[in-house]
Amino acid sequence: MTPSDLMASLPLLIVSAWACLVLLVDLFIPADRKGWTGLLAGVGLLGALAALLLADRGWRQAFGGMILQDGYSGFLQGLFLVTGLLGILVAHDYMRRTRIERGEYYALLLFTVAGMMLMSLAGDLIVVFVAIELLSLPLYVLSGFARPKAESEESAMKYFLLGAFASGFLVYGIALVFGATATTNMGEVVAALRGGGIDSRLMLAGAALILVGLGFKVAAVPFHMWIPDVYHGAPSAVVAFMSVGAKAGGFAALLRVFVAAFPDLAASWGELAMWISALTMTWGNVAAIAQSNIKRMLAYSSIAHAGYILMVLPAAAQARVAPAGISAALFYLLAYLVSNLGAWAVVIAVEKAEGGGLAIEDYAGLARRRPGLALAMALFMLSLTGLPPTVGFIGKFLVFRAALDAGLIWLALVGVLTSLISAYYYLRVVVMMYMRSGDPETRSEGWLNLAVALTAIGTFLLGVLPGPLLSMAARAGLMPLLP
Amino acid sequence: MDAWILTGVIFLPALGVVAILFIPKERQNAIRITALLASALTFLLSLVMLSAFDRADPDLQLVVRLPWIRVVDWTLEYHLGIDGLSLLLVLLTTFLTPISILSTWSAVQERVKEFMAFFLLLEVGMLGVFLALDLFLFYIFWEFTLVPMYFLIGVWGGERRMYAAMKFFLYTMAGSILMLLAILWLGLSQGTFSLPDLVAAGAIPAGTQFWLFLAFAAAFAIKVPMWPLHSWLPDAHVEAPTAGSVILAGVLLKMGTYGFLRFNLPLFPQASMRLAPWMALLAVIGILYGAAVSFAQRDVKKLVAFSSVSHLGFVMLGLFALNPQGIQGGILQMVNHGLSTGALFLIVGMIYERRHTREIDAFGGIWKVMPVYGALTLVVTLSSMGLPGLNGFVGEFTILLGSFGSAAIGSPWYAGLAAGGVILAAIYMLYMFQKLFLGTLDKPENMNLKDLNLREVLTLAPIVVLIFWIGLYPRPFFELMAPSVDKVVAVLNTAALAMR
Repeated sequence: MTPSDLMASLPLLIVSAWACLVLLVDLFIPADRKGWTGLLAGVGLLGALAALLLADRGWRQAFGGMILQDGYSGFLQGLFLVTGLLGILVAHDYMRRTRIERGEYYALLLFTVAGMMLMSLAGDLIVVFVAIELLSLPLYVLSGFARPKAESEESAMKYFLLGAFASGFLVYGIALVFGATATTNMGEVVAALRGGGIDSRLMLAGAALILVGLGFKVAAVPFHMWIPDVYHGAPSAVVAFMSVGAKAGGFAALLRVFVAAFPDLAASWGELAMWISALTMTWGNVAAIAQSNIKRMLAYSSIAHAGYILMVLPAAAQARVAPAGISAALFYLLAYLVSNLGAWAVVIAVEKAEGGGLAIEDYAGLARRRPGLALAMALFMLSLTGLPPTVGFIGKFLVFRAALDAGLIWLALVGVLTSLISAYYYLRVVVMMYMRSGDPETRSEGWLNLAVALTAIGTFLLGVLPGPLLSMAARAGLMPLLP
Repeated sequence: MDAWILTGVIFLPALGVVAILFIPKERQNAIRITALLASALTFLLSLVMLSAFDRADPDLQLVVRLPWIRVVDWTLEYHLGIDGLSLLLVLLTTFLTPISILSTWSAVQERVKEFMAFFLLLEVGMLGVFLALDLFLFYIFWEFTLVPMYFLIGVWGGERRMYAAMKFFLYTMAGSILMLLAILWLGLSQGTFSLPDLVAAGAIPAGTQFWLFLAFAAAFAIKVPMWPLHSWLPDAHVEAPTAGSVILAGVLLKMGTYGFLRFNLPLFPQASMRLAPWMALLAVIGILYGAAVSFAQRDVKKLVAFSSVSHLGFVMLGLFALNPQGIQGGILQMVNHGLSTGALFLIVGMIYERRHTREIDAFGGIWKVMPVYGALTLVVTLSSMGLPGLNGFVGEFTILLGSFGSAAIGSPWYAGLAAGGVILAAIYMLYMFQKLFLGTLDKPENMNLKDLNLREVLTLAPIVVLIFWIGLYPRPFFELMAPSVDKVVAVLNTAALAMR
């Protein structure tokens, strides 16, 4: 371990160390002041963000190739830190209101963020596995945080069982890849594949199992079954955070492993990813139409968005399209972060302490009662549909571009047609808020309002002036394994 | 200075929105006046634009071209410009918006602040559509117009407003997302989104043109709407509030016909040539179908809505004649339809405000109690059915002339059948007028109807003046568009030569 190793993983180290610190300090914070723990955790994330922005983000290997610092990991780490910060903002009041305010919440959240960051830094399949466990284990606990509520416990149990199952697939896949190539380092896997003389059946089976394992994490059809129940049962503040974070974490690994480490198998996984993407977009959007509960609707919408991001995977199977495809996926994740987390923040504002206020009908009349909140929600819904001038449009524009560039016209057609379907259920929320009369009870709390305002401004501003972040994503899309 | 005129025209209404947001929602009159002022100033600025416009120059003028977003190897540009194809439509938009706002003075009492904000945002979107020259920028404005119109119908509309709003949104979006794919395809294969550059290069292979034409046409034909894609229109029109209907008929539908003219004809000239007879066929079916269905309506607003299908059929027939006369007639008819149908919706709105019904059978003989209203309605009705001396005649006659001798359509029969539409228009318009105004005043509810007040006369008067002006002396209007139209026709003729 050299100083350069530490520098490469500095933001990650800050978050991990801060998580332990928060766990300790929390013992001395009185039970009715647990909000302080949250703010303390936020300070740590801000510190890590500052370290990330100040650090040199050039290409660098650390810990003997276990960790890869590059534009890709830089972009994603920033995204995870922002997700964590917004996750704290939306949790602050929600935890108190639902009487589950316990300090370990924020420590667990920091550990999850550390797992996500490690995922983007991974240069070795073993690190991918460690990262996915570090990401998932605290999330299992967080899903069950509203115990002894049966729904929340059911959610945690389901998530844990299926997540463990998926991890099994992943680690078995890694083992098979190791069996075929005698290494787990991504750079060496590429070299071994190029060198020839490996058992390609073993290698393909390993890659397929890894795809299954990561497919669970990003909620791709047919590995999506856990999503609606988990999202429905888990506390909304947890879902707000994990619907973005866990998905982005899954994609961080998926893109890195397949595009950078297995480019030579692109013909096989490209074909498979194409079908998975089409299925995911279609099923997610179609099933969302039938939902009357907003949490379940957003759960299916989350499945659908995984499908749109997955669209770049078959496109990136062509080396020519890969950089633009990766950067499209990264920008899409950013778009999903602001619009989806914003939407969940509104859900939290409308949700009642005892769990009411979650039907889409409960949004009737919101535009009169809370015009600002309704306007923000309308903006998020339009952005999730992919309409200009919101960031969601730019995201869809980029992924469709990647698909067309790779000649996948039919996949792009599936994408636009399912977007049309999605307009129906997203607009239903807008219809409720603006065109039906009602008198919803809402919460107006400073930190939550701040989260809504920040995400709404981000949704609009990044839709009109995406320039700087687009060029950052473009640099991040290069993702070389070797200097 | 010149470089900023177009930007100012587009975004001046947005400044109005910002101002409105700062006015407390209880002060409804202040909000109305601010909105009216913002739109009136926009109209004045568009007149400044007109004075800066050189009518002899066929090219794009007052051009602004700045890099906006870089995506991979594309530069998406903030690229605006105006020429004879768009000038009249921009003026129509800035002209109809203050009039529509004036018409809402007493009709919209609820949530005035939001109404005005959406209305001005809609104007921003429409002006952007007519002025954008970058395909990406155009698409953004195009899709953006959907949102405020969706709210205008859905919040302030009639009984079935939510159904109508959703239908309007989904129909229009269905077409435009196909256009988005075509735009992306153009960008990938040609490396630029700049319309003038794409037209100048003219490098799109004929086989590809066919598919791209269809994808763009999907968006535009739904908007126009061409038969058989029109079924969203009656619902949207009937449910929309009066001002929404005026803008919907007056401007939004023209975005479709304008799209054909601005994009399909010059970008895909060979496909346009090949498909012209088919487009003309659909147009003629639309003319006759719209007229026949209008005749069957018992609701005045529905009648006017279906008459739009018929009138826009004329516009499409003119455009796809692909000769100077047809296209000039088409553009003028876009303006005419905006004026006369816009006025008809205002007229329907005025009577609806008084009686809260639009059933034809609920009226009769009301000329006796509302003579001013009757006289103005007569002028507009005659204009809509194409009486010589009024604007409708000039447009329709030029279109028929152009399509009769059109080499691209290839048969005078289309024009012949379309002429039948003129006769049908006379039947259903006069039928409506007779049922409303003539006959005996036998319904007690109608005895005490108040005639128009000054504000209502003022909303209709400017339109009536233009109806006469275009009808009696259309030359200045043709002069504004002729050079640019000749340029489009030249592109088409070059393509026709290449096809032989």
